[in-house]
Amino acid sequence: MPVYALKPNYKGERMDRVENFGGNLIVYFGWDEHRMFCAAKAFPLPPSTPFAAVMENVLPEAFGQHPEFSQINWDTAEWLLNNEPFKPQMNATLESQGIDHKSLIRFKTPELKGYASAGV
Amino acid sequence: MAAKKLNIKDKYRLLTRDLDWDFSYEDRKDAFPYEEFEGLKITDWDKWEDPFRLTMDTYWKYQAEKEKKLYAIFDAFSQNDGHLNVSDPRYVNAIKLFLTGVSPLEYQAYQGFAHVGRQCGGVGARVACQMQALDELRHVQTQIHAMSHYNKFFDGLQEFSHQHDRVWYLSVPKSFFLDARSAGPFEFMVAIGFSFEYVLTNLLFVPFMSGAAHNGDMATVTFGFSAQSDEARHMTLGLEVIKFFLEQHEDNLPIVQKWIDKWFWRGTRLLSIVAMMMDYMLPNKVMSWKEAWEVYFEDAGGSLFKDLARYGIRMPKYSEVIEKEKEHVSHQAWWTFYTHGHATGFHTFIPSDEELDWLSEKYPDTFDKYYRPLWEMAKEKEAKGERFYTTGLPQLCQTCQIPMLFTEMDNPNQNSMRDTVYKGERYHFCSDGCCDIFEEEPEKYVQSWLPVHQIFQGNCGGPEMTDILSEYYKINVGADNMDMKGSPDEERWNKWKGTA
Repeated sequence: MPVYALKPNYKGERMDRVENFGGNLIVYFGWDEHRMFCAAKAFPLPPSTPFAAVMENVLPEAFGQHPEFSQINWDTAEWLLNNEPFKPQMNATLESQGIDHKSLIRFKTPELKGYASAGV
Repeated sequence: MAAKKLNIKDKYRLLTRDLDWDFSYEDRKDAFPYEEFEGLKITDWDKWEDPFRLTMDTYWKYQAEKEKKLYAIFDAFSQNDGHLNVSDPRYVNAIKLFLTGVSPLEYQAYQGFAHVGRQCGGVGARVACQMQALDELRHVQTQIHAMSHYNKFFDGLQEFSHQHDRVWYLSVPKSFFLDARSAGPFEFMVAIGFSFEYVLTNLLFVPFMSGAAHNGDMATVTFGFSAQSDEARHMTLGLEVIKFFLEQHEDNLPIVQKWIDKWFWRGTRLLSIVAMMMDYMLPNKVMSWKEAWEVYFEDAGGSLFKDLARYGIRMPKYSEVIEKEKEHVSHQAWWTFYTHGHATGFHTFIPSDEELDWLSEKYPDTFDKYYRPLWEMAKEKEAKGERFYTTGLPQLCQTCQIPMLFTEMDNPNQNSMRDTVYKGERYHFCSDGCCDIFEEEPEKYVQSWLPVHQIFQGNCGGPEMTDILSEYYKINVGADNMDMKGSPDEERWNKWKGTA
């Protein structure tokens, strides 16, 4: 049952439809096992953003405060897009590689264990 | 001839059950339109046992006497500069959290019980709900008055009502109550009357009141004592509600169990703020969150559920997850607030070395392994003059609206993340518990007003964060927010105490 309502066929207003974001998509980025950042972070991005711009601007903005960020070896980083293994194409846009509204992109850096090797 | 004085029994009958009437020319269903859509079956309202045989005249008399005493103490507290007796100025941040996050819930509880007090078909339940509505209205007023003295001397209390409607972390308690109030009357009674007031109240109300007692806050403690008799009544009503629903019809069992599962989960998520208050915000600790959970939920709640087993009720779903999370949530929540301290309406701070040791002692299995390193890092950064405030905005859970800060209990280094797709749109959750709640009623939760998304939609002013904080949230930037160290609160305190 989609809702228990007083009247039949009640429909809720979807508050976060993509149309509400002025042409942007919301994309979440999370760095696995790095708890210095309490949660994944949300960014409004045009669907035409090339992934290279994510690497250059978004990730440093989101995670650059971590002392290990500059040591990340992106060749061995493992990515997940909405829980599926994912290989970002640097020159392709978000949209063209299946990153849609409210997608969650996670990356794991196997060599880096966090501050004091404690997953921080 | 003098008017005949009614005996108690007659008075009770006339002022409660006798207030009902039969409908001769209107359909009863039109008078109580909310009674059926939730699927609960009530066959005989007369079986409702009044949990407290109170009539309105007695209620007024008793409450008026109580409040006369309460306000006399508030006056004395104020005249004697009671704020100077708190253990440490950091304590007042717990009061700020209570006033912005909890007191407005009393008002929402009033609105909810007033509504239910109109919509229940049985007169006994209606009268009981109306009295609880009045209690809740009195509580919000007396809490505001108890804390108003602090507003004269400390930052961050001046816009509590405005902030409750807007500030990112206050959408958590606010949406919790909106969820309950927009449900039908019976779910509301199970949500607030039973799950919240009966099962979880000792983990919300008691920690704040005993926190006040341990930290020299006589105003809040006195409020707590004054409200205690009301709270006892609310607990009795909550239990009566459950028993009544379950005794009315066997078909009610799965519905009531579903509501208990939902509201237990919603409640424990909400209590994350109490967990961090107990472990981090109180300069003089009462007990750890983990200990409170063991005493009030595992022991007291455990025997309650044993008692309810005769109706077929089992322990709330996912209580085994929560049992593990009790070792983690307070640390995760305070870290979240600490790292977002530029966007909070109260001050955050690194625990003292003494407090860090207390946490190690209270959480021997988790603190040193997972959480002490966070604070060591924060201390290092602070020593370099780089107090850590995180950039950007966090991903929020669609159901509880808390940043997705909780971790997997089989790998506490990894955030717990769930999602589901409904009508082509993806929704994210902090846990299976929150995901289940969404999937049961997606048309309700697609309407969540998620503060982070609202900011990105341009509905909260900005785009600069300081404008959102100062103009939309009405946080006095530079005074209400940021670290306790170097705050105007700290500076004034040192001046009063001659320790500047």
